[in-house]
Amino acid sequence: MKKITSLLAATFLGGTLAMSSAHADDMRIALVVKALGIGFFEAAAKGAEEAAAELGGVEIIYTGPTDTTAEGQIEVINSLIAQKVDAIAISANDQDALVPALKKAMQRGITVISWDSGVAAEGRLMHLNPSSNPLIGNMIVKMAADHLPEGGDVAVLSASATATNQNIWIEEMNKVVGNYEGINVVATVYGDDLSDKSYREAQGLMSSHPDLKAIIAPTSVGIVAAAQAVTDAGKAGEILVTGLGLPSEMAAHVDSGASKSFAIWNPIDLGYAATMISYNLAKGEAKAMAGGDIGMGRLGAVTLSDSLDGAMADPFVYDASNINDFKEIF
Amino acid sequence: MNGIKISRDALLAIVLVCLIGLIYLRFPGFASPQSLVGVFNDTSILIILALGQTAVILTRCIDLSMASNLALVGMCTAMLNSALPAIPVPMLVVLAMILGAMLGGINGLLVWKLDIPPIVVTLGTLTIFRGIIFLISDGQWVNAHEMSPAFKALPRLTLLGIPVLSWMALFSIAFMYVLLTRTPMGRAFYAVGGNPNAAVYTGINVGKTRFNAFVLSGALSGVAGYLWVSRYAVAYVDIAAGFELDVVAACVIGGISIAGGMGSVAGAVLGALFLGVIKNALPVINISPFWQQAISGSAIIIAVVLNARSARRPGRIILKKAEQL
Repeated sequence: MKKITSLLAATFLGGTLAMSSAHADDMRIALVVKALGIGFFEAAAKGAEEAAAELGGVEIIYTGPTDTTAEGQIEVINSLIAQKVDAIAISANDQDALVPALKKAMQRGITVISWDSGVAAEGRLMHLNPSSNPLIGNMIVKMAADHLPEGGDVAVLSASATATNQNIWIEEMNKVVGNYEGINVVATVYGDDLSDKSYREAQGLMSSHPDLKAIIAPTSVGIVAAAQAVTDAGKAGEILVTGLGLPSEMAAHVDSGASKSFAIWNPIDLGYAATMISYNLAKGEAKAMAGGDIGMGRLGAVTLSDSLDGAMADPFVYDASNINDFKEIF
Repeated sequence: MNGIKISRDALLAIVLVCLIGLIYLRFPGFASPQSLVGVFNDTSILIILALGQTAVILTRCIDLSMASNLALVGMCTAMLNSALPAIPVPMLVVLAMILGAMLGGINGLLVWKLDIPPIVVTLGTLTIFRGIIFLISDGQWVNAHEMSPAFKALPRLTLLGIPVLSWMALFSIAFMYVLLTRTPMGRAFYAVGGNPNAAVYTGINVGKTRFNAFVLSGALSGVAGYLWVSRYAVAYVDIAAGFELDVVAACVIGGISIAGGMGSVAGAVLGALFLGVIKNALPVINISPFWQQAISGSAIIIAVVLNARSARRPGRIILKKAEQL
């Protein structure tokens, strides 16, 4: 019954828009990941299935190479073109190498978007970033401020002094720090993404700033090392460690109380949003153009920039209430 | 000869005390006994590795694979612990030592049997060991919650006010001191490095002695591997990346002659402590991260220049005298 209605709908709406879906029962959306067997992407696939169930009449093809190579992804893309899928949503292993294959897909009427890890503008209709620099910068200080109602001294433990991402996030954080009353950023130190150096820098912060209330580490090596240093100093709970980290890496430190909350993108939401966007673009319900909005179901809508990319949402906050659900995922 | 060595170690000790004094002027908390115990504890792993490297350098070789060996053994023990938490931790430490010794033995065999220059061999195994970590771990981290509490607790346990991590370093120092000064094997290290040809005539098997030195440095790297992953409660492919250079630097600062045959346990320990003090002081004296690197580098060069001046070999002069007669 469903098949018939969707067929009818497709033929009636007809025209040029639905040409590829006209001869398929369901809309088939391929979620192409960097490599199979990575927890983060398995979680994204879960989100994609959730979106498919919500939309109805959508089949998710979760696929990718067995190792993270561009060659492997090109093979996967070629086979998807042969299968005449309706949309490809890809997290790319190489920004440029995939462009020719993806262009070929678009010429065959396949909707192509990238998410998580992007491809160059000519190889996709739009790119979905998990978050944006201003949102991340705001979130890392907000998490510290939320647990410090009376304010206090906080310090930043970054990766290397030349790390582009971290520097942008810290810059964005410093722009909004004034919105959080009583929060003072007293120092920014660099652990170079080395466990031992980050650990020492965290120890140094504790001894040179006796009133320190929180350490913000927007790097996964740094946040783990800082949490360990705080625990070893017997200050778990007194000095809060927050920033960006992965649930699997931080689970023990949330248990010990060294970290109350930290953030990173939610892969389930990311897979969900990528599927919703692919669906809307393939259906012709939205167009990928600068300044345009594309619906993402329960996550609202993404607004595209001039380079046709957009940010999904605030980084997702993990704490004692949800860490156990996510620590096995990624 | 002996007089020079003692004075050089004493000189380094004086420099170290002056350095701590300078840091004290800028950040008084640094010189508190508690803080100094912390610095020693933090430097323990470097000391253990520097002692192993000393044995190798004494035989006129070099072991660049120590940090990779540490990382590989660390990853193995962490994976073993997370898969079979029932294995008692002391046994894991022994396993780590054995595995490290085997990896060191590979270096030793290549140097001994195939006569490949040690720098080439260990540069190769440096990369190979890292590659193996990736293969066995699939690039995944072993995280704190996957390790058993006992696994993480051992180096933090305090005995007589000092953590076990520091005791391990103290024990290694005592062991190496006895080995190098009181055993035939230790004397063979000096003989092989000082003059390999002469060593052969005294009945020392040069290749085998070098093999022994590599096994020793491997075993110490293995123990350090366990200590590292349990101290930082995380194991991943890149742990201790580049640390081999710190180890060599510690030895060079400590007056272990790269030409072999000269050096002492005290020198290696002081060299490691010198680096350890700088590494621990830089975060608290509030210096730009770009200057920090320059300062660490300059300290190494200054120490080496001082050593090079005092390490002029008196042997040549004796020969000249012989000619004049």
